[in-house]
Order: sequence, then structure tokens, then C-alpha cells
Amino acid sequence: MSLESIAKAKRLRPLKLSGLEPLVVTPESNFVNVGERTNVAGSRKFLRLINEEKFDEALDIARDQVEGGAQIIDVNMDDGLIDGKKAMVTFLNLIAAEPDISRVPIMIDSSKWDIIEAGLQVVQGKCVVNSISLKEGESEFIDHAKKIKRYGAAVIVMAFDEVGQADNYERRLEITKRSYDILVNQVKFPPEDIIFDLNIFPVATGMEEHRLNAIDFIEATRWVKENLPYAHVSGGVSNVSFSFRGNNVVREAMHSVFLYHAIKAGMNIGIVNPTMLEIYDDIPKDLLEHVEDVILDRRDDATERLLDFAESVKGSAKERTVDLSWREEPLQSRITRALVKGIDAYILEDIEEARLASEKPLHVIEGHLMTGMNVVGDLFGDGKMFLPQVVKSARVMKKAVAYLLPYIEEEKLKNPPPASEKAKSNLVLMATVKGDVHDIGKNIVSVVLACNNYEIIDMGVMVPPEKIIATAKERNVDIIGLSGLITPSLDEMVFLAKEMKRQDFTVPLLIGGATTSKAHTAVKIDPEYPEAVVHVNDASRAVTVVGDLLNPDSRLKYKADIKEDYALFRERFLTRGKKRDFLTVEQARENKWKLDWDNFEAFKPKELGVQILEEFDLNKLVDYIDWSPFFRSWDLHGKYPDILEDDVVGEQARELFADAKGILKRILEEKLLTAKAIFGLFEANTINDDDIEIFTSSAVDKQQKFIFRTLRQQSKKASGKPNIALADFIAPKESGKQDYMGCFCVTAGFGTQELAAKYEADHDDYNSIMVKALADRFAEAFAEYLHERVRKDHWGYANNESLSNLELIKEAYKGIRPAPGYPACPDHLEKLTIWDILDVNEKIGVELTESLAMWPAASVSGYYFANPEARYFGLGKIKMDQVKDFAERKGIEVRLAEKWLNPNISDQ
Amino acid sequence: MSQSKIHKALRKRILVLDGAMGTMLQRYKFTEEDFRGERFKDWPSPVQGNNDMLSITQPEAIADVHAKYFAAGADIVETNTFSGTTIAMADYGMEEFVYELNYESAKMAKKVAQEFTEKEPEKPRFVAGAMGPTNKTASMSPDVNDPGFRAVSFDELRAAYKQQAEALIDGGVDMLLVETIFDTLNAKAALFAIEELKEERKIEIPVMVSGTITDASGRTLSGQTAEAFLISIGHMPLLSVGFNCALGAEQLTPYLEVVSGKSDFAVSAYPNAGLPNAFGEYDETAEEMAAQIKIYLDKKLINIIGGCCGTTPEHIHAIAELVKDYEPRPLPELNEAEAAI
Repeated sequence: MSLESIAKAKRLRPLKLSGLEPLVVTPESNFVNVGERTNVAGSRKFLRLINEEKFDEALDIARDQVEGGAQIIDVNMDDGLIDGKKAMVTFLNLIAAEPDISRVPIMIDSSKWDIIEAGLQVVQGKCVVNSISLKEGESEFIDHAKKIKRYGAAVIVMAFDEVGQADNYERRLEITKRSYDILVNQVKFPPEDIIFDLNIFPVATGMEEHRLNAIDFIEATRWVKENLPYAHVSGGVSNVSFSFRGNNVVREAMHSVFLYHAIKAGMNIGIVNPTMLEIYDDIPKDLLEHVEDVILDRRDDATERLLDFAESVKGSAKERTVDLSWREEPLQSRITRALVKGIDAYILEDIEEARLASEKPLHVIEGHLMTGMNVVGDLFGDGKMFLPQVVKSARVMKKAVAYLLPYIEEEKLKNPPPASEKAKSNLVLMATVKGDVHDIGKNIVSVVLACNNYEIIDMGVMVPPEKIIATAKERNVDIIGLSGLITPSLDEMVFLAKEMKRQDFTVPLLIGGATTSKAHTAVKIDPEYPEAVVHVNDASRAVTVVGDLLNPDSRLKYKADIKEDYALFRERFLTRGKKRDFLTVEQARENKWKLDWDNFEAFKPKELGVQILEEFDLNKLVDYIDWSPFFRSWDLHGKYPDILEDDVVGEQARELFADAKGILKRILEEKLLTAKAIFGLFEANTINDDDIEIFTSSAVDKQQKFIFRTLRQQSKKASGKPNIALADFIAPKESGKQDYMGCFCVTAGFGTQELAAKYEADHDDYNSIMVKALADRFAEAFAEYLHERVRKDHWGYANNESLSNLELIKEAYKGIRPAPGYPACPDHLEKLTIWDILDVNEKIGVELTESLAMWPAASVSGYYFANPEARYFGLGKIKMDQVKDFAERKGIEVRLAEKWLNPNISDQ
Repeated sequence: MSQSKIHKALRKRILVLDGAMGTMLQRYKFTEEDFRGERFKDWPSPVQGNNDMLSITQPEAIADVHAKYFAAGADIVETNTFSGTTIAMADYGMEEFVYELNYESAKMAKKVAQEFTEKEPEKPRFVAGAMGPTNKTASMSPDVNDPGFRAVSFDELRAAYKQQAEALIDGGVDMLLVETIFDTLNAKAALFAIEELKEERKIEIPVMVSGTITDASGRTLSGQTAEAFLISIGHMPLLSVGFNCALGAEQLTPYLEVVSGKSDFAVSAYPNAGLPNAFGEYDETAEEMAAQIKIYLDKKLINIIGGCCGTTPEHIHAIAELVKDYEPRPLPELNEAEAAI
């Protein structure tokens, strides 16, 4: 028959599919893209949503796919832990009720026939079955094909037979021909409803037999289109670049090149992640050549050459759409781009070029680099860049500046600048206050400000106030930023504010850190200092706040506005506070939480006494890591793992997470951090309402007695609600029942400082912060892990407990592990008791600073309570009568108790 | 055999389908006793309104309606089996009589058809076994608060339709008519059942499919556009595809144009006698309806034409007289596509 009539016939027999609306695939149609996110095998998020039966959110994913342009949506419920049939039916039924989703055809994807059939029975439109093959022989193939035809669906046929998967050109031809003949001649399956999946396999794996994988697919596609009339060809494209995982530049180029040739050969349907696709024409010539050599197997050494070349583009691998042609652009664009994208691969050669072209090396910083950093600042201000990106920009900046410094020094020696011309950029002093060792947040703010043309004097951690004052004077700084994480730091900040007033400072004061708040700043700090005091709760605000504070045109008005705002806030806060009623401490005790001690029998710990875990294997802790706070420490807000799929910060979160995983791997493989723990379980009873008496040995002659002092909620409660203290969870001595409690300290911080310092020496703040953030996570994970072991083994009261990591994070277990310095027991002084009991300093080396912060910082300490009724609570505000009582019980001066409990003492 | 006869006839002329059965039966003003007849006089629940059962209790009336339509010029009459499935009959608790009522309805209609064919051999008369949509939907939930719920499953529908089709074929119908489809999934279950039956019995039987576009949205009740509907049921070799009910002839035109333009099957239409008036009555006259159908003919949109709710032998007569002078919609050379392989 003539070509013309074949063409006509082809037009007569397009692939027709339908949802609520038709999808007709003709030879003229563009490539049909199948949405692949509603696939439990392909999307962790979707898997989780199905597992948790959050079908509404799962539908949102389907809807996003359709709105994003998917012409068919693939639905797959093949997971060992899911009832696939039920999930498929439920989800498809729900899709049917959403016209904006069900307007497109469904691809019912399963390796199990019963799931496919269940799916076919609930969809009114013409679906695609994905997939069937000759794998299990002809009779099953025919049987399934017949049913699919009867259900009115098209079918994807895998190039697979009894022998195995087609992995070369000949086998693809053999299997597709045989499948086609059976389908068309025996089953009378409409040939236009047959879609062959010819198996896309990876190339450039280094294995000789994989060299032809792509070209064989492409040529087999061409053969199918020429020899098997009306049939279509599809495939999952990302497989082809499998060996370049981690190098998205190369992967994206490979996908585009592969698709370009496969589509020309006749492939017309496919599962392609549109974000993993470079525009063919935009692939740089050299990369294109190397990739085509591999895809089309044009040279014997194609793989080696691409691997080598891939190394050179690896540095930019994190970019979404990588286009190395930017290297051809003018110098300034290259430098700006390197800063914006955080690419340090070429920065030194570009800086050298700039240096040679500039009159003075300083001009490179003031000109080229600052121009670039201003773009970064603008993008960040507009919310178009995220914190981890900015930190990466800073890494490039630092590297460039470090390169230039020797030249600048040299220049200075040759031509000492006249005093009047001294470059003056705004100087910001940053410090973590005395007694506090936490610096992640401070470092992030420092880096962000540095990126925005501020010169930073970072004084580090545990900086005494007199040193801050002295440095500020000496260097004539323009602004002072104070950071702190533990509660005593709040008072240090108040002290510093007073000191600054006394010494007639006029520079603005920035307050930040986890325990700081607008309330504390407005109520406690702002009144102490007549100049501007601003609470900056996240790093992204720091740039604009500092900008407003220092801009000569706006600073007076800004200061006045802030002062007024805080005054108003303070007034409202204090008035609100006045309405709160308090009980006396005696009344509060009368309203204690009374558990039923008569019917109580404590579970005796299997192992009483103190135990130490030395050199603990960090690998065991990885699964216990709660990642949400990790992202929070980078100002990326959202719950893990949802945050990875978040519309706004998802991409950044994924990148950050990937980088974290990289460092994590290094830490684990090279054993860069050391984790240790100490804990003890002891006989305990509550005495005098609020104290807990413990004995460190059950042998009477060796008994050593310690007392934990607990604090009791004192605000007036609604009727029936108790005023709780931790002591309420332990049986009182007068009950006659022996009870128990424990305490612990874990650390994952040894090695953090050294590792972070190494990165810092390399001007790599990003990874330095990363290491600290990871160490913190490890410490928390260790605390979680140890608590579980204690519950299940050492104490053993929960040996039947079986909780997922998520449930652990949600604290779904019995018993609690409150930590001194946290809401249930804000008194840091109690750490001293724990240190005494366990001899923490001596045994595992974790020290307490003068502010009672733990050092290394990545450490956690606390108590164990096993009573099933025990729960976390917040102490809230207490009155002076309890403070005095507490001081008396502890045998310390009231003034001292007042100092430590200050944040919790009611102003009334 | 009848299959080749009907195919041959379709190529020669526009075939005329009958009009409404229900509208005609209303004229008899049957009481509860009439519906029950002797057979069901002690049936525990009311049966008035179970029109399908009249094939057993009032067979003369049904045969009379068929005869009136044939006399008016219809080539094809539909059996009185619109609700002849266990699913629809459950309303009356009469599931056990499903086979019988389909079988008897088919047999009776066929007998009337044969009488007419004998009288006018040049105009052979056919019987289409009517398979209605049932009163449940497979792809929609009856409960707005539980969109994932389904009152009926594909397999339940398939089994029910299979039983009905079997009885209709046994009763001698010339073709099956899956009709008034408001949920395509129900129709797919019917088509699945018919395919099974064809394979099991090694028979061929022509199948007509007729969907219902419910309103001016241009979609079926289950939300499909005319073309999507067509694609969804196009996997079987059908005698015809088209639309009936819900709309009058004029409103149906755009959807017939879609089907006519995109299908290789014959195209059928049997619209209502206009839209119902304020009292729910159809008052479009035979002449008015014929005038609208003339547009179909001028545009060569159809191969089979008849009437649904509100239409009477007068309407069918007017239509039959009209179509005599028109060429049918051209059907593509069959098997050209197959020949291309």
C-alpha cells in the first residue's frame, strides 16, 4: 500500500484515551507527558500520604500534576505495606469525584493483575494499563490482554518475555514483534491501543555491554514505528542517566539528548520529570557533544570522556537548569552568577582576571564582588533566594576575598591610603553572650549580613560583657548583635543593655536567638537602653532591619517607630499580665496533681545504678534524627519530610538535606564526631510536696542521698485542673511505696569544634554551620535513642513498646525525659545536681559553663520519669514566695535564686 | 441472518426506531390491580409503576404498543425491559422474575415484528433488546459526604446485565441496545457482560449504545463530554452509537455533530418530544419535532432516528415520513483500517 494511504490510515487510527475529556494522540501530537507523582514507588510523599490515608492531600498531588500539564496521570499503589487493591480503588473513586483531576485519562500502574483489574473496574474513561508482558508466558498475556480490551483500555507492553527483559536491539525486536502479533492477530487488540515500553537502561556505567543501551532503544523505537503499524513507544526516561546520579547538569543534558533522538525515532509517550530536563538547544556545545557521544555510542572512549567532563561541571551540579554558556559572558556577569548560584569552581580565575583589569585589588571587592552580592541581597530580600543559598554565596565571596587579601596588603604597603579615603563599610559586632555556647543562629545572621556588604566582627561564643563593650568602642562599630539560646542569656542581654546606656552608647542593639522573644526584648531590654533595640527572630529579617537602622535617611524614624511599637507591646503585655491570678505556693501545693498512690505499684528498674556508653556508634542514631528542627535552624520552616515537597522552600530544603546527608556520610565514615552518654536509675520518693529524694545505691550502707528540687505551677487554674510539679509524678514517701527515677547526659559534640574550625579555615561557613547543626541533631537523637533503650531494657517497663520514628518524635511513649532549662523545670541549677549524681564531667567530659550551658554544646541532659501519667508541661510564671521557698530548700541566697529563675518570675 | 440484514438496511436508508413506551402505557391508566394481574395479586408490596412487569401481566397492551409503532413506520422497536435487571427490580423485590420478563418481552416484540415483516418483506422489522442504566451509578457516590462510596460495583452490574442480555437473546432480539447511559462505567459493565456472553456462546449480536447528555453543559451525568463518552465505549464493535432522552431534538444537535464527526459507527438519536413543560409533560407536536429532525437529515448526522420521552406513534409517523426522502449519514468503508494492516 502507498505511503499516502498508510499516512491516511494512521490518521484514522490514533490512540484515543479519555477521562471526562478526550485525549487523542495522533502522529502530529506532541510528546505526551505522563504525570508520575501519584506513584508510591516514585514519590515518598505520596507513599506517606497513602500510608496515613491522607487522601485529600494525595488528591492535591494528582491535581498539581494535572494543573502542571500532565496529560495522563499514572497511579501506582505497589508497596509491600499497602493494601494495593484497596488503595487503588479508593484513590480512583476519589479522583472520579474531582472533575479537575478526572478530566485526564488514568494510567493504572501495577505489577499485580488483581490491582490493575480492580482499577479498571472503577474508571469510566479509557485508561492505559501499565503494564503487561510475556514474562509469565503467552496464555497469561493473552488472558490479560483480552480482559483489558474488554474493559476498554489501552495497554503498555513491556519488552519482557519468558527469558527476561529485552536488553539489546534484537531482543527488543523479537519480543515486540511477538507481542504485537499475538495482540493484533489472536486477541484482536486494536493496534493503536498498544504502547511498547522498550526498556530504557542506563548508559555510561563503565560496563562494555551497556554502551549500546540508549542507541538500541532508539533504533528499536524506529523499528517498531516502521514495522508495527499504529503502535506507540514509551519509557521512563530518567533511567538512562542513572550512573550520573548527583550530577544533575549531566543528567538533564542526557535526558534531553536521549529524548531528542528517541522522539525523532518515534517515541511519543513517556514519564519525564519536567524539572529534570534541559532544553536541547541550551545544552552547551561541549557537554552536548560528550553526551551525544555516549547516548549514540559514537566513540569507544565516550564514557570516560563524559566522566571526566562531568567532573568539571560537578560544582554547578546543584543548579536547576545548568547552562555552562554563562562562562562565555562578560566578567561581571560571571562573577555575579557565581555568587548568586554559589558556584565556586571558577571564582578564583574570574577574580584573577578582575584583579588584573582593576587599578587596585580592593576595587575588585568594592566593585565586582559587591555588585554581585547586592544582587544576592536583593534576591534574598525579595524572597527569591533562601538562606542556605545565601550562605553558599558567602562561601564564594569569602574565597574570593581571601584570594585578594595578600594583594591588598601588598598594595597598602606600596601606597598607604590617606586617612580620609579609608574605606568605610558598616561594621557589625556579633557575639553570643557570656555563659552561652550556641552560635548557629548568630553565624547565620553574620553570614547573611556579610553577604550584604556589612563588615562583621564575630566575637564568637561566651563573650563577657566588658569585652563586647571594649571591642565596640575600640572598633567604633555601627551596630551590636547579641545572641543566646539558653534562658540565663536573656539576663546577660539586659545587663549589656544597661551597661551600654551607662557608657553612653548610641549604636542600635540587635537581639536574637531561640529563647529571645519580642516580649522579652520589649519588656526587659528595650526600657534599659534609650537607643534602638530590635528583636530579630529570623536571619532573613536581619538585612532589612540593619539596613533601616543604619540608613541615615530612615534611621531616626525607624528607631522612633520601633520604640513606639515596643512601648505599646510592653503596655499591653503588662496589662494582660495583671489580670492573671496566682495562688500562694501553699495553695498551689494543695492543688497538686494527686495520682492514685494507693493502687500504685512502681516498676522496679532491671538495672539500678549508673551506666556509661563510650564511643557510641553514631550509625545507630541516624534513624532517630528528627530533621524538622534541623531545617528550622536554617530558617526553613515546615515539617520533615513534607518540607522536602513544599512549594516554596521544598527545593532549598532538598538541596540542604542532600548537603547534610553528604556531611553526615563523612561524619559517619570518618568517625569525625564522638558520642558518649551516662545515665543512672535510682530509688526515689517525693518528700515535702516538691522535692524528690533519691538514693544512688540500694545497699543501705553505701547509700548516698541526693535531692532534686522541683518547681510548681502557681498561676490560678480552671476548676479541677491541678498545679503541677515534676515531683507529682513520683510516689510520696508517706505512701509507703518505693518509686524510681533516672537522670542522664548524652553528647554528640566531641569533634564538632575541630571539624567546624576546619571548614571555617577554608572560608566555608556553610559547612561549618552544617556540622554544628548536625551535631545538635545527633545529640537529640541520642537522647531519644537512650530513652528508648532505658524504657525497653535498662528500666524495662516498656519492653513491649514498638514505635516508629515519627511516634518517637511525637513522644507517643510512656514516661517523660524533661530537661533542666526547659519549660517543665526552667531551673538550670538542677543540672549541677545531675552532674554531682552522675559525675558527668569526670566520666564523659561534658562540662557546665558559668551560665550552666553544657559544653560541648551538642549535648542533652535531663531526668527520666516512668509513671504512665507523667507528661510534659510548662511551669509558667511563679511568684516570689516560691522563689524564696526554693532558695531556702536549696540552701542558696534568694538573690541567686532570683537571678536564675528571673525569666519565670511574675512581675506582679 | 438478522445481523447482515440490519447492516444492509443501515447502508440503504435511515432506520426508524420507535417512540416512548411509558408515554403510551400512561394512556391505559393501569391501576395497582392491573399491574399485579392474576400472577402477582398477592405480591406483598405495591407494584404499580413497574412498567417492565406489564410484559407479563398485561402482555396485550405491550404488544399493542409495539404494533402501533411498527404501523407508524418504525423499523426497530425496543423491548419493554428498560428496568429489567436485578438491580432495578430490587425496588419491587422482583429480582427473581428478571430472566422471565426479559425473555417474554423479547419474544413478544419479536412476534409482532415478524408479523409486520411478513406483511412487508421489503421493510424488515427488528427488535432491539433494551438495557437501561439501572438506578445505581458505578462511578458516582450517592452520598455527598462520602465521595469514595459506591452503591454498586462493576461486578454487580456486569452480572445483572449479563443475565438480562442472556434472556433477551434467548427471547430472540435482533440486537441489544444499551441505553440512556448517564454513567459510562455502568455501560462499560454492560458491554463487558455482552462480550463475555458472545465469547461463551460463540455468537455475534449487534450492539447499539445510546448515552444521555443531561443538560446544556454537554456532558453525561458522570461528567464526560460527548467525545470522551464516545472514546470510553468505542472499544467494542458497535452497530451504532448516539444519544437519547433528556434533551429535545434541537438541543441534542451539537452532540450528534461530535459523534457523527468522530465515529466510524452508525449514529443514532432518539430525543424527547422537546423539553418538559411546567407540569412535566412533553407537549412538542409531531410536526414540530420532525422540523427539528430535518436539520439532522440536512446535515447527514444520523443513521437511526426515533423518539424518547413524550413521543408517540404520531411523532414516529411524522419522522418516518420525513426520513424516507433522505440519504443516511455515509458510513465509512468498513474494514479499510483493518485492510491497512
